[in-house]
Amino acid sequence: MKKQVVSVLLIAAMTASLVAGCAKSSESSPGNENTEGNVINIYSWNSEFRERVEAIYPEVKEASKDGTVTMLNDGTEIHWIINPNQDGVYQQKLDEALMKQADASADDKVDIFLSETDYVNKYTDADADAAMPLTDLGIDPETDLADQYEFTKVTASDVNGVQRGSTWQCCPGLLVYRRDIAMDAFGTDDPEEIGQKVKDWDTIKTTAAELKAKGYYTFSSYADTFRPYGNSIEASWVSPGETTIKVDQKIMNWIKDSKEWLDAGYLDKNVKGQFNPDWNQAMGSSSKVFAFLFPAWGIDFTLKKNWDGENGVWGVTNPPQEYNWGGSYIHACTGTDNPEHVKDIILAVTANKENLLKISKEYTDFTNTKSGMQAAAGDNSYASEFLGGQNAFQYFVPVAENIKIAPLSAYDQGCVELIQSSFSDYFQGTVDFDKAKENFETAIIECYPDITAVQWPE
Amino acid sequence: MKVKHKKIDYSKWGYIFILPFFVSFFIFSFIPLLDTIRYSFFEYYRSGIKEVGPNFVGMQNYISLLGSDMLKYAGNTLILWMIGFIPQIVIALVLAEWFVDARLKIHGTQFFKVVIYLPNLIMASAFAMLFFTMFSTNGPVNSILMSIGLTHQPVDFLGSALGTRSLVGLMNFLMWFGNSTIMLMAAIMGISPDIFEASELDGCNSIQRFFFITLPQIRPILAYTLITAIIGGLQMFDVPQILTNGQGTPDRTSMTLIMFLNSHLKSKNYGMAGALSVYLFIVSGILCFIVYRITNNDDPDGSKAAAKKAKKLQRKG
Repeated sequence: MKKQVVSVLLIAAMTASLVAGCAKSSESSPGNENTEGNVINIYSWNSEFRERVEAIYPEVKEASKDGTVTMLNDGTEIHWIINPNQDGVYQQKLDEALMKQADASADDKVDIFLSETDYVNKYTDADADAAMPLTDLGIDPETDLADQYEFTKVTASDVNGVQRGSTWQCCPGLLVYRRDIAMDAFGTDDPEEIGQKVKDWDTIKTTAAELKAKGYYTFSSYADTFRPYGNSIEASWVSPGETTIKVDQKIMNWIKDSKEWLDAGYLDKNVKGQFNPDWNQAMGSSSKVFAFLFPAWGIDFTLKKNWDGENGVWGVTNPPQEYNWGGSYIHACTGTDNPEHVKDIILAVTANKENLLKISKEYTDFTNTKSGMQAAAGDNSYASEFLGGQNAFQYFVPVAENIKIAPLSAYDQGCVELIQSSFSDYFQGTVDFDKAKENFETAIIECYPDITAVQWPE
Repeated sequence: MKVKHKKIDYSKWGYIFILPFFVSFFIFSFIPLLDTIRYSFFEYYRSGIKEVGPNFVGMQNYISLLGSDMLKYAGNTLILWMIGFIPQIVIALVLAEWFVDARLKIHGTQFFKVVIYLPNLIMASAFAMLFFTMFSTNGPVNSILMSIGLTHQPVDFLGSALGTRSLVGLMNFLMWFGNSTIMLMAAIMGISPDIFEASELDGCNSIQRFFFITLPQIRPILAYTLITAIIGGLQMFDVPQILTNGQGTPDRTSMTLIMFLNSHLKSKNYGMAGALSVYLFIVSGILCFIVYRITNNDDPDGSKAAAKKAKKLQRKG
């Protein structure tokens, strides 16, 4: 009998251990060191930053074949710790490392880490103090980063306006359209004339009806139009120090317009969201989708990869509204043992106009130099083959100068993802408007335990 | 006397051999288990990269879980499980009966046994990925349906609760029916052939034989299959998670309990996740207890009632 009791206990305990999560606790406190270490650890989610550093940082001596180590001239090694962004893996690993930062040995300390606009605020938070203020490194944003676009500096600053990160990249978005569809629908594919037809949301709606009459969709899905609305909200999702999510009127406009557009047949009902196979297919030559809203990286990494036709079919023009989508920020990690190197790398990659122009030329990034980009707009050697010889910088520059960046909060990533997935059901007609609101509230409170309520605009 | 002393005791070797399991179980399962239970009484999560807690909150996590959609997700889990399990057990029973029946003389049973077990070898997430691609609105299934003229508009399988739930059920069915078939075959083969022969002499047809002999005889194994399947179903996660991108779409109708748990762990909410785990632990514990009672019965025909009756008769007699 005793054995049986033990065995039933074991079965129960094993089953439970399958459903139980593991728990760990760790403390973090800021620490300081002044001697320069031998290893610079850089956390990132892909090789983008590494490629750029290796291409333009003059101190680079050689890179290992597997891409995990880069040697500098003075013998210092850069170790690249790459974790994919999918499912929040990158942030999980980075958070673990940051928690251990104070106790880690000098060679294991995080020296530089990267963040994206969607969650940059989580790391620039003044209380968390994970990213060092640039002034502590000896970088004066006023003078050293004077040529950067103002909104990229605001984005990387904490609540008190202290800048805690810097970027080489600036992500103004354009409208990228199919010239062949434009020819068929409007009889012209001239970027200026198309630009007139899509110059604001009211005009583009009339244009959408014309496209529909010819059997084309204007955009592929409602997620495509989210960024112009969502990245220009007036107040942040959560105000500093509060625990209430305030849904902005702009988001409500997106919901209203998206429903209207989808019901009118201006969007492809079969494409739900972005970065999935259906969406990728919508960029192929057999698709009926007229246009996408993309920043420079979108054209280069997403559209080009999914396009199966000839070069020169896609063209760019002004978007219906200026917007910014994405951007990678470089942060010096609090507690780094290589502050001099870190400062040097940040300045070389984000503040040196020549280096930035080199990146623009090699990787077609829109880089963070106002004067440089203006020069590129007038320089035909920056024309893109994929866009049929069009110089996209000509269109990027005015957008970049007019971007009003939305105020950020640490909850942006969850809010942006969940509002889209919750209302997807509403657009598709599975649930009604109130139910979608309710689903968003449930999902967001599950995601962020400290959120207490959701406020909708009247 | 001396001979008795010299008897070699091998039992310590037995203990030494099972020691690694108990040590690793203790470190990797038992301690985390106790920790989970402990944290379930605390408010303990991360907001951004700032840690909140642990602050002792008593039963607060348990109460707020009851107020959340937990019961709805339990319902979802049950529905998803039933959609898969009913065909699974029916098909498994039929196949097991056919494969074992000597008079049907099915050729290549070994081959079929392997084939029906194969889907179980594919990783659930890979399987879900495959179905996601096949049943997407522009996917191959829709192309086939449209080209043979069954439908003109692509069917939005993953856009409706029925479609998504059926797909999850179908996948679970495909993955597990082979496993059940093999288990039930073993049970049927364990029945003494004397009983079957006797029943045939008495003029029993195959349907009667199935319902009056096979089924009652394999009842303990059937119960075991059922309960382990329920416990497995309680933990349903990978298939719906991958198929719906972790959102339980549409309208959260395919959100299972473990997906709910997972969304708490995204914010490292150990308190709430711990409380949910404890609820699941209690339910699993009860189910385990039932399995234990059924499988350890020494009653003649496997049913509790019959055992009680037999005992009563004994006492009376």
